Amino acid sequence: MLYAILCYHDEDFVGSWTKEQDAAVMKKLSVVQDKLAKQGRLGPVARLLPTTAATTLRKDDPPLVLDGPYAETKEQLLGFYVIDCKNLDEALEVAKDLGAANPGGAYEIRPVGVFAPGSRPA
Amino acid sequence: MTTTDTAWIDAALTSARPQAVGALLRYFRDLDTAEEAFQNACLRAMKTWPQNGPPRDAAAWLIMVGRNVAIDEVRRNRKQQPLPEDDQSISDLDDAEEEIAERLDGSHYRDDILRLLFICCHPDLPATQQIALALRIVSGLTVKQIARAFLVSEAAMEQRITRAKARVADADVPFEAPGAVERSERLVAVAAMIYLIFNEGYSASGDTAEIRKPLCEEAIRLARLLLRLFQSEPEIMGLMALLLLQHARSEARFDADGGLILLDDQDRTLWNQKMIAEGLALIDKAMRHRRSGPYQIQAAVAALHARAATPEETDWKQIDLLYGALELIQPSPVVTLNRAVAVSKVRGAEAALEMIEPLAPRLANYFHFFGVRGAFLMQLGRNDEARVAFDRAIALANTSAEAAHIRMHLDRLMRDSQKPGAKAGK
Repeated sequence: MLYAILCYHDEDFVGSWTKEQDAAVMKKLSVVQDKLAKQGRLGPVARLLPTTAATTLRKDDPPLVLDGPYAETKEQLLGFYVIDCKNLDEALEVAKDLGAANPGGAYEIRPVGVFAPGSRPA
Repeated sequence: MTTTDTAWIDAALTSARPQAVGALLRYFRDLDTAEEAFQNACLRAMKTWPQNGPPRDAAAWLIMVGRNVAIDEVRRNRKQQPLPEDDQSISDLDDAEEEIAERLDGSHYRDDILRLLFICCHPDLPATQQIALALRIVSGLTVKQIARAFLVSEAAMEQRITRAKARVADADVPFEAPGAVERSERLVAVAAMIYLIFNEGYSASGDTAEIRKPLCEEAIRLARLLLRLFQSEPEIMGLMALLLLQHARSEARFDADGGLILLDDQDRTLWNQKMIAEGLALIDKAMRHRRSGPYQIQAAVAALHARAATPEETDWKQIDLLYGALELIQPSPVVTLNRAVAVSKVRGAEAALEMIEPLAPRLANYFHFFGVRGAFLMQLGRNDEARVAFDRAIALANTSAEAAHIRMHLDRLMRDSQKPGAKAGK
């Protein structure tokens, strides 16, 4: 069984770390990740850019693009995609295509800051 | 990270501060009372949070506690003075107490924080006082920290802030929720102040850059706060992007001796890619609105520099166009001067020189004008004229790093002129 581990924290707090503090946390995390990677159990790992860089697409008809992160609490996180795009417009096009295939709910589009593809065989 | 017991509390108090002080200011309508109430709430937090854990909404907790403590204090004072002369203030507070039950909703917060920021940029206050006040009140930096960043004594900074507060107290900023027009006017003023804070840190010379860096970081923090409140304002996205893209270069801007390194000569591997990525993402977001503005244009210029892996790959043509657009919406000789640098790369130094000549009367005391003019003249091989321009630049230099940089050009001119058979224009 594959498990996704979703990371939540106060972004002001994490954002207030100095470069050294941030690097220290990443280093500690990499010890855990390396162990999993060697066992071939680590899938993709991503660190997202802050929510100020987020855009939300409401999958209504027609779809509605909103600035900012997804803010509702009555819907739940059901899945995610990682897609390579030239810019936000291209990412929104992809999201609209996906939304047309499965209307209702919303997509939050967040640029990825750090991405590691992982070691698990595809 | 080693999170000691108090580290998370400090971080929580700092991030709740603008919201909490802003709300307390709305209740008490007096800056000193609001600040004191917040301080008292913080003291309680440091006592109770380590045992009980953090509250779900730190800002709401601090607002409630701050208000209660202040109201208790007024009550105590009332007991000590059985015949209060001014019972007006007390009945006001009773009303305020009832309001505590009211749901603290997001739209209030937004205007509270904007008001708090806006109070600091009162037009009567000189820029340095605006910045100092914002750092003290909104960011919560200590007077000592601010004094250090401004390179002045603590006593002088204390005085500056006290004076600014007194003027703000007389200013009579309305406390009702602002209308749409007023809100957007406030937003413009606040954005300009945040940019001032950034520039105060960014224009540092090499020997003080490290000390003044917190100003840049604080400006970015405030811009992020503002953007979170006004998520659909392309100019605030542009401001945030501009600050990030400029600050991303901070590690590459000075050599070991504190000398200034110009963009073309910077080690681009030292640029902070995380900040660049965020800045580029924000410009992307802003552009979708098709409502251009000065911050977006300047951010777009910074983005073109950030995207170029080497100076040769810089899209100067596009930069020329962007500065042309900026000249239209915000005409200023400094913008034209910047454009001329792009023009010199696209069409050569002759065209660039022609472009800046008419600016001379208005930029007669501007360091960069003579630095840029000297560089153009040097490129054209007009070395004697270049030397005159550089001499003038040194006389006008604002920092030792600026002067040292120009001296480097002069030394090069000197070497070239001494070399037998030296070719002009190289």
